[in-house]
Amino acid sequence: MDPIAFDIAHMFAGGLVLVSFLLLYQDRLYALLNMFAVQALVLALSVSWQAYIQQAPHLYITAVITLIFKGIVIPYALHRIVARLGIHREVEVVVGAVPTMVAGIALVALSMVVMLRVTQHADALAREDLAFALSVVLLGLLMMVTRNNAVSQVVGFMSLENGLILAATGAKGMPLVVEISIGFSVLIALIVVGIFLFRIRERFDSVDVQALDESRGKGR
Amino acid sequence: MSALVNALISVLLANNVYLLLLLPAVAAVALAFARGYRLSSRLNMAASGLTFLTALTLFAGQQATDRYFLVDDLNIVFVVLNTFVAFTTSVFSAGYIARELETGHLTQTHLRFYHTLYQALLGAMNLAFVANNIGLMWVAIEVATLTTVLMVGIYRTDRSLEAAWKYFILGSVGIALALFGTILIYMAARPVIGEGLNGMVWTVLISRVADFDPALLNLAFVFLLLGYGTKVGLAPMYAWLPDAHAEGPTPISAILSGSLLNVALYAVLRFKLLMAANSNAIAPGPLMAALGLLSLVFAGFMLYRRSDIKRMFAYSSIEHMGIIAFAFGMGGALANFAGLLHMTMHSLTKSAIFFAVGQIAQAKGTKKIADIRGLTVTHPFLGWGLVVAMAALAGMPPTGVFTSEFLIVSSTIARAPLLALPLVIGLLVAFGALMWRLHGFAFGEPTENVAPVKASSLPLAAHLALVLVAGLYLPQPLVLWFQHVAAMLG
Repeated sequence: MDPIAFDIAHMFAGGLVLVSFLLLYQDRLYALLNMFAVQALVLALSVSWQAYIQQAPHLYITAVITLIFKGIVIPYALHRIVARLGIHREVEVVVGAVPTMVAGIALVALSMVVMLRVTQHADALAREDLAFALSVVLLGLLMMVTRNNAVSQVVGFMSLENGLILAATGAKGMPLVVEISIGFSVLIALIVVGIFLFRIRERFDSVDVQALDESRGKGR
Repeated sequence: MSALVNALISVLLANNVYLLLLLPAVAAVALAFARGYRLSSRLNMAASGLTFLTALTLFAGQQATDRYFLVDDLNIVFVVLNTFVAFTTSVFSAGYIARELETGHLTQTHLRFYHTLYQALLGAMNLAFVANNIGLMWVAIEVATLTTVLMVGIYRTDRSLEAAWKYFILGSVGIALALFGTILIYMAARPVIGEGLNGMVWTVLISRVADFDPALLNLAFVFLLLGYGTKVGLAPMYAWLPDAHAEGPTPISAILSGSLLNVALYAVLRFKLLMAANSNAIAPGPLMAALGLLSLVFAGFMLYRRSDIKRMFAYSSIEHMGIIAFAFGMGGALANFAGLLHMTMHSLTKSAIFFAVGQIAQAKGTKKIADIRGLTVTHPFLGWGLVVAMAALAGMPPTGVFTSEFLIVSSTIARAPLLALPLVIGLLVAFGALMWRLHGFAFGEPTENVAPVKASSLPLAAHLALVLVAGLYLPQPLVLWFQHVAAMLG
């Protein structure tokens, strides 16, 4: 492969990991949503670069879906929801920023060690893409467990899912990638509608999942 | 005339796989527009019944395989069991939903939504079973998850929305991890099989898996086991299961325990077969057995502290899925046979229990264990039905559950006596919890609330009869079929 092509693919995948780190410590919801839009943009660039170097035009569809849906529609909808709910105050971070970042670095190191070791026979681009993808997935999971707020949990989930799209597009010639990315978009749309329904009925004082736990009372 | 009938039959047999998916799809669309409770619940029953009959024709048809669909001896068992449970549940659901409409818990709009989702779920589960493509299977399981999430939240109360939300988030993480595993399987397949669709076709994968890179396969299996294991409800990843079972409509609890958990288990089994066919990869059995044993013992103890009847039986589902995962994890002809039998018996028994519990909760107006007492006096059929079902669930002879648990324990003692110890402890702990609660439900001082029961008692009776008969006599063809599948599972 052309070394420049390789380097550019590498840069986008690495950029995605970097943006995942930036997501980890955003403590205001608006900033978090903007950063998520940036992540979607980087992913869209990465996917279209993969479409170009693999000569797989159907991947452009995935790139466009990513850009429009996750880069624009979802952040905009969540902005509206956050504004309407009046929760644009600080994100409640359960674990502080420093331990979160340290845990994030450890997870990235873990995924590098694991993936690079087990994919010795795969081609270089695919294995590094997979290693980056696993990092993004794990960072998304980390975000989901460190955040209490439903909106930031959803952002964590979407960031996790971006990692999966990166892995799927990096696996050269993988079938059903477009279908899977559409399936995920449906899932995310439903999640967002779900948050909206939660609030529009005003059954809870906050969308904090811990508060929901308390509403259950003794029934457990 | 007879030539025409023969031609029709052969066309039907050749296309029964598509019919299995088409019937629920058409019914789902029709039910979205059907007005009126009587019409839609009958349509729902008819569609589920026809799907079950179609599933039965799989036995007679050619076992066709193409790049998207696969019918083999393993998935026929799952499809038939699932469509049967879905059919009897639809019969139960008709009466249950009528009562919910009367009491105003659900409206006509909800009803259309509910029936459409019911058929969509049935179709998605069938697709997951007959899919020969691991990507397609993943999509089907995702759709099945989404439909059940929506159904769990259908009452729109705080608790049901919360349960749906929790299920949604944990289920999504589970299927996301499973997708990562699926991608890794494709990565492992690509150097051997080449790019494109074939790298995801299960029958192609299994024929070439011996040459795959074992390290990549190992990693893939870990993700698949964690991902689909979340959907099975295995121990560390079980958190969504009790809430989803407790807060949704009871027919959905029956479907969740009786069918949907099996779908995820089936996915794990397919990948276990892949792993076993590569001699350099780690053995998948011990991982499954460990998770299964953990679930069994953990859920056994959790049974004691429950105060909500549906939540309690949800923990019992975790316990039984643990037993099944343990049996398949142990492997070998006898343990696999016992695992298949136990899965069948658990599906039948647990859905029967939820049929009974749904009617009890409606009659008593509560799900609190403390308020459900003396059922054999106030509702004799329901009360004794629950007694039989809970005795079966606890593994008392002469029920099918006893047979399968006995086989699992004896094969474990023969092969790994040390593992038999936690297994037996887990079984006894769960047995004690169920018997303790059973006494209160059935024979305690009756409470005053004695509303009559509306839903049909036929599904409950049919399931219990099957479980009892299976304990006394297993038909020879069934035994042979299970033995064959058990040998296939290795």
